[in-house]
Amino acid sequence: MSIFEYNGSAVVAMVGKNCFAIASDRRLGVQLQTIATDFQRIFKIHDHLFIGLSGLATDVQTLYQRLVFRHKLYQLREERDMKPDTFASLVSAILYEKRFGPYLCQPVIAGLGEDNKPFICTMDSIGAKELAKDFVVSGTASESLYGACEAMYKPDMEAEELFETISQALLSSVDRDCLSGWGGHVYVVTPNEVKERILKGRMD
Amino acid sequence: MSQSAVDVPPKGGFSFDMCKRNDMLIQKGLKAPSFLKTGTTIVGLIFQDGVILGADTRATEGPIVADKNCEKIHYMAPNIYCCGAGTAADTEAVTDMVSSQLRLHRYQTGRDSRVITALTLLKKHLFSYQGHVSAALVLGGVDITGPHLHTIYPHGSTDTLPFATMGSGSLAAMSVFEAKYKEGLTRDEGIKLVAEAICSGIFNDLGSGSNVDICVITKGNKEYLRNYMEPNPRTYVSSKGYSFTKKTEVLLTKITPLMERVEITEVGGEAMEE
Repeated sequence: MSIFEYNGSAVVAMVGKNCFAIASDRRLGVQLQTIATDFQRIFKIHDHLFIGLSGLATDVQTLYQRLVFRHKLYQLREERDMKPDTFASLVSAILYEKRFGPYLCQPVIAGLGEDNKPFICTMDSIGAKELAKDFVVSGTASESLYGACEAMYKPDMEAEELFETISQALLSSVDRDCLSGWGGHVYVVTPNEVKERILKGRMD
Repeated sequence: MSQSAVDVPPKGGFSFDMCKRNDMLIQKGLKAPSFLKTGTTIVGLIFQDGVILGADTRATEGPIVADKNCEKIHYMAPNIYCCGAGTAADTEAVTDMVSSQLRLHRYQTGRDSRVITALTLLKKHLFSYQGHVSAALVLGGVDITGPHLHTIYPHGSTDTLPFATMGSGSLAAMSVFEAKYKEGLTRDEGIKLVAEAICSGIFNDLGSGSNVDICVITKGNKEYLRNYMEPNPRTYVSSKGYSFTKKTEVLLTKITPLMERVEITEVGGEAMEE
């Protein structure tokens, strides 16, 4: 079994028209045993920047703490928030530093940049950036997420339609993955609003 | 306090402090993670007035296509570019690192970078990590001494060639070069040959796919032709899109309105009266 399959996870982000959505499942398990059904994998860095971390839960939390620390240092020094692409480079550098003993998680970064241009990107566990224009996925359900997103995604969706699309893609994908599921957690971010929703999903 | 409690930003270099834990996890029977690879076709050739580099645009993670249109031709210096194959993070990091060293060197000397300098920096880094930094590169550029093309293997060995291929599709691409390459090709002939070699990688090697990127470097000029050819367009897009019959069941909604950004303009007020 791969280390990524130890806790199980599904994270996905999509781009809409001047907005983006990022979603994850809520399960924390130890292999096939479910430990918690309200686990958080998506974290806010600032109002317009979110990161979702799939993979080993202990590293998810450690890495998140380090990223928040580095972002706070940046805010103090620069007196502004980090741009999404800058943040992606920071995450990549932190991950690549541990090239030969990596954090066992795959980040998904989503944010609104200058002129409210949405930015999404994912990485492997050693920080190889993969920028995308449409959607990015990671976690144990990534294979089924690729399929669902590839079929359901269309460009330039408005916030509500984007929410429906990402939720349906997430829920249908985690139903085909034993290790993730138990509802979903969706953030839809527009320039002047963050909508956070908890989804009902199958509890088996 | 013997050790600093705060985790200050590191100065550089790799950190090995989690190797022991990760080894322990592997000992316990959990498999090590697979990394993003560019199971690639990358090529380069020398033509009559410079160098042409070419690459496909597929990135894979095991058998999954992770990125259908990634960039594999990396910037090194204004007159030098480098194609990367192997572990994606390694090719990206090693080219970025050397590119910044070259820029500092240009600032210090006030001269254009030479390809041999880039080559030496790259092979020095790769050799010192004994092949663990798995980057296989095709380095090309035009400097004061003329056009140069080199290949660099993950262990740090290098070749100097008139035409070169690397990556999992290297055999397919090399067969095209061996059959059709000749000295003194024109620009158009060169681009056509490079595109053909990449296409043979795209169609005959499963690790390579999608589009063709090309970079033409001549004396004092370069042209980056991103997605020069797109031989594999999407065929399965529905014009209507997907419609959902049932609304998702939402348990809880939390809406956080964000504050409008306030622009603060400083008004040049009158000086305070005495």
